[in-house]
Amino acid sequence: MSIFKFLSVVAALTFLLTVISMSPVGAETVREGDVAIDVVWARASIGTSRPAAAYLTIRNEGSEPEVLASIKASVSELAEVHKMTMTDGIARMGPAGAVKIPAGSEVVLNPGGLHVMLMKLKQPLKEGQKFTMTLIFENAGPVDVSVPVLGIGARGPAK
Amino acid sequence: MRAIRYTLWGVALVALVVVAGHQLSHFLGTDPDEVSGFRPTFTLVNHQGETVSEVTYRGNWALVFFGFTNCPDICPTTLAEFGSIMDGLGDEAAGVTPLFITIDPERDRVEKVAEYVSAFHPSIVGLTGTDKQVADAAKSFKAYFERVQQESAPDGYTMGHTSVVYLLSPDGYFVRTYQFGEPPEMIVKDLRERI
Repeated sequence: MSIFKFLSVVAALTFLLTVISMSPVGAETVREGDVAIDVVWARASIGTSRPAAAYLTIRNEGSEPEVLASIKASVSELAEVHKMTMTDGIARMGPAGAVKIPAGSEVVLNPGGLHVMLMKLKQPLKEGQKFTMTLIFENAGPVDVSVPVLGIGARGPAK
Repeated sequence: MRAIRYTLWGVALVALVVVAGHQLSHFLGTDPDEVSGFRPTFTLVNHQGETVSEVTYRGNWALVFFGFTNCPDICPTTLAEFGSIMDGLGDEAAGVTPLFITIDPERDRVEKVAEYVSAFHPSIVGLTGTDKQVADAAKSFKAYFERVQQESAPDGYTMGHTSVVYLLSPDGYFVRTYQFGEPPEMIVKDLRERI
C-alpha cells in the first residue's frame, strides 16, 4: 500500500473520531471566562408537586480548578445539584454539594448520575418551553443558561 | 513505512480485542442473572383502584420496577425506557406487562400513581398499597427500599431503592434482572428471543 493510501486512511479515521467525539449537533455552547456549558436540557414535569431534573455538561477550559457553588432557576424556589449513587443495585439520591471541575476537564450531569434537582416548582415544566438557570461559579461568576424542556420520557437531546 | 503499517495493524488488533471482549463479557454477564426458581407474590392496588395480585398478570411476561413518583432522575428514566421497550416490541408488546410498584405509598396514592404512569406510556400499570402490602411485595422480590431523612427534599425525605428491572415469566417465575442503564434496544432483543 502506498503512503498516500495510508495517509488517507489515517485522515478518514481522524475525521470519523472527530465527528464521533463532537457534542450533539446544534447544541449551543455558553461560555463565560474559562467555563463552557452545553447539552442543557430538562424533563417536562407533571404539575408542580414533584421535583424536576435538569441536565448539562460543564467544561473547565482554563488552568485553574473551578467550582460550581450554587444554582438558581427561574422556575423553582430551590435548585441544587444532586447525585445518584448506586450501591449493590440500590439507588440513593442526595445533595452533591459544591461541584468541582478540575482544570481541563468536564463534569457531565446526566440521568443516573448528577442532576440539577429543581424543587418547589413555581410552574409546571412544559415540553417545548424554555427557562433560565443561573449557575454561580467561584471564578467565572454567574452564568445564565437557557434550558429547553424536553418530553417527560426524554433521555437527552436528540443527537 | 513499515512502522506505520505495524502501528495501523496494532490499532486494528486493539479495536478487535476491545469489541470482542465487550461482546464476550456481555454474553457471560447475562448468565448469572438467569437464576430461576423464585416466584414473587403480592397483593396491591392498581392505578385504577382495583385490588390485584401476582396472579392478575400471569400469562404475560412482566417487567417490574420499584420506585417513587417524587424521584426526578432514575424513575422517569426507567419508565421512559418501559415506553421505548413497549413501542420497540411492536405487536409482541401485547405479551408484556410493565409494572411500576411505588415504595413510597404514603405520598403515592392511587391518583398520584395514575397521573404518573400515564404520563409515560398507556401500557404501564402503577401499583400501590398499604405500607405493609408494599413492604411484603418488595420482600417477595428480594428488593430493598429505605426512607432517608433529607432536609431539602420535598416533605423532608427521599427514598433509596433497588434500581433493577425484574423480568417475570408468564407463569410468574423470576427470570432475570436488567441493570439500570441497560439500553432499551437490548431489552427488546432479549424479550424477543423469549416471547
